[in-house]
Amino acid sequence: MEKKAIKTAILFKGAQIVDPFNDRIIEADLLVENGKIKKIKKAIPESESKEVVNLKGFHITPGFIDLHVHFREPGYENSETIETGCRAALAGGFTQVCCMPNTKPAIDNRETVRFIFEKSEDELVNVYPIAAISKDRKGEELTEMAELADAGAVAFSDDGSPVVNGQMMRNALEYSKITGRPVINHAEDPSLKADGLMNEGRVSTQLGIPGNPPIAEEIMIARDLIIAEFVNGRIHIPHVSTAGSVELIRRAKAKGIAVTAEATPHHFSLTDEYMRSFDANGKVAPPLRTEKDRQAIIEGLKDGTIDAIVTDHAPHVIDTKETSLDLASFGMIGLETAFSLAMTHLVHTGKLTLMELIKLLTIKPAKVMNLHLPPLKVGEVANLTIINTREWWVFGRQNIYSKSFNSPFIGNEFNGRVKGLYAKGHYITF
Amino acid sequence: MNLRIKHLLGLENVSREDINTILDTAFSFREVLDRPIKKVPTLKGVTVANLFFENSTRTRISFELAEKRLSADTVNFSASGSSLAKGESLRDTIQNLFAMKMDVVVMRHPTPGSVKLLSRFVDAVVINAGDGTHEHPTQALLDIMSMKEKLGSIEGLNVAIIGDIRHSRVALSNIYGLKTMGANVLLCGPPTFMPYDVESLGVKVTYDLDEALAFADVINVLRIQRERQGKGLIPSMREYRNVYGVTQQRLSKLKRPITIMHPGPINRGVEIDTDMADSEHSIILHQVLNGVAVRMSILYLLAGGR
Repeated sequence: MEKKAIKTAILFKGAQIVDPFNDRIIEADLLVENGKIKKIKKAIPESESKEVVNLKGFHITPGFIDLHVHFREPGYENSETIETGCRAALAGGFTQVCCMPNTKPAIDNRETVRFIFEKSEDELVNVYPIAAISKDRKGEELTEMAELADAGAVAFSDDGSPVVNGQMMRNALEYSKITGRPVINHAEDPSLKADGLMNEGRVSTQLGIPGNPPIAEEIMIARDLIIAEFVNGRIHIPHVSTAGSVELIRRAKAKGIAVTAEATPHHFSLTDEYMRSFDANGKVAPPLRTEKDRQAIIEGLKDGTIDAIVTDHAPHVIDTKETSLDLASFGMIGLETAFSLAMTHLVHTGKLTLMELIKLLTIKPAKVMNLHLPPLKVGEVANLTIINTREWWVFGRQNIYSKSFNSPFIGNEFNGRVKGLYAKGHYITF
Repeated sequence: MNLRIKHLLGLENVSREDINTILDTAFSFREVLDRPIKKVPTLKGVTVANLFFENSTRTRISFELAEKRLSADTVNFSASGSSLAKGESLRDTIQNLFAMKMDVVVMRHPTPGSVKLLSRFVDAVVINAGDGTHEHPTQALLDIMSMKEKLGSIEGLNVAIIGDIRHSRVALSNIYGLKTMGANVLLCGPPTFMPYDVESLGVKVTYDLDEALAFADVINVLRIQRERQGKGLIPSMREYRNVYGVTQQRLSKLKRPITIMHPGPINRGVEIDTDMADSEHSIILHQVLNGVAVRMSILYLLAGGR
């Protein structure tokens, strides 16, 4: 990764500029001066900038947003830090990320919220903390949600730990009316999940691996939607993994419930077939599901039921993955591979247009958490991702910028790649 | 005689040819076991490690005996699940052991897939002695060998497996092996003991024991783990016995005698009555002896050429 500070101007020539705000793709030159977009038009003379980059055949989009990452800091710096997480984010084309509060201490107090902002201040990526719903994520006492929102928490979640108690969930959703911030519940009913290590289905039956049934997720989502409707709260459904969940959310949206939802690249790229390898890198929560579920998620991304593609980037040191399936940690890294997986499995398969994909990585997630996404307009802050939509490449360990290597995609071939970014006065290439 | 497989991790993808080779070789080792001197020099100089991460008496002794009958050098490592603390890398434990150069490793582990994981990390022949609820291939092979010995052919044979299918590696390996060999398999037990869509494995299911007994040439009765009651999967052992226990009374209603098998250890008076387990139609002790022969066969076929 090469970072170059741009003192004055940089001119990007000949790129296809993808503007999700106005639903159009135009070929033009784009001149950035002092961190802001100075001009977007055809044939800007090269004399207007000392730095000139030829982007013929490439696309420029607004910087991507990831609503769901785990940066492990404070507390678990052996698997990731805010610094290494931001590096991985840049490698994936992301300039804004929201980090989950399952740290140690948990992000359940204003000091830790401030810590996240301070620690990420000098990064080229904006890092927004999601605060916990309950103190220490134990599901017993509400955090000081109103004050945490004031301090800058963009949403609330006990991610990793489901809010089991219905009353607790109700109270959190009641408070979302004060904060205007979504409540995100990791939906897996623990009694139905039981000791499940993968999706319960034909494959788990064939492998004799204890199953975690789709109903464990769907029942909790159904409950949460019912509560959200009753109290008129604001709910966001994380990492939707089953066809039933997609359908529940679709119906809730049709009823006018204030619900948004997200899905991960691994849930739209892989199925439980992966577990035939018994590789713990495929152990995630919620688990990889069936082909039918995968197709339903893609349909949900297409028809607007699902608002955002998020990575659920979950770094773990390799020791906790190269172990027996029951002891292995849940989760996989995802920032570096998200765009390439989306291009390969969604766009090049004809399921989504490039514009639809870019919306799911930019304006739609921005809206979910009310983040500012600078428009591609003259006078706005330049926050850009440069992509090649047609580049076949093999993802390897050397392409991982995270501190951890727990990816099931190492060795996979992708079509489409993030080539660079412009963020906070820096031009970054790989 | 070469097998297509290099390790024995399960029976899911083992061909009929390989199973036949294993069984034929096992029958010839059976003859060795009937001799006054029961030892052959076949695996002299081969080192076998028996890694048991879960308690086992029968399987461990059976493997050890098979190894000794073949003149292999053996080392044993036993650790119960609790001493493998969370965070300890299975890979480290295994690689340490293998720095000492083993040729063959026989492993039992409480977690599905652990034996496959091992095969990725070590340069040795790997034999699965039971990995959690996944597979227990040598048990299924000895079961199939015992059926063949008693009934001649597996093709077209009606086999009922009775009990906790969902938590049984014996059942899963039996299903794979028996289907490959052309048997008709019927599973019987309460629905809480059936895995999701188990019919997709090419078997039939009944919740009615009498129906299973009427269908079967052979029944393979699985041990009921007492802790299943605690998890609410069965209301009580008493009720289980009344509904699914293989009793004299039920068997006497049948028009023809059926062969009785059990992988052991038996809960007498729960899944099967003592009289039935010890009856002339029971081949439970043949299974035990065939276990040694089958394991000799596997060891010889996989490690003999090393």
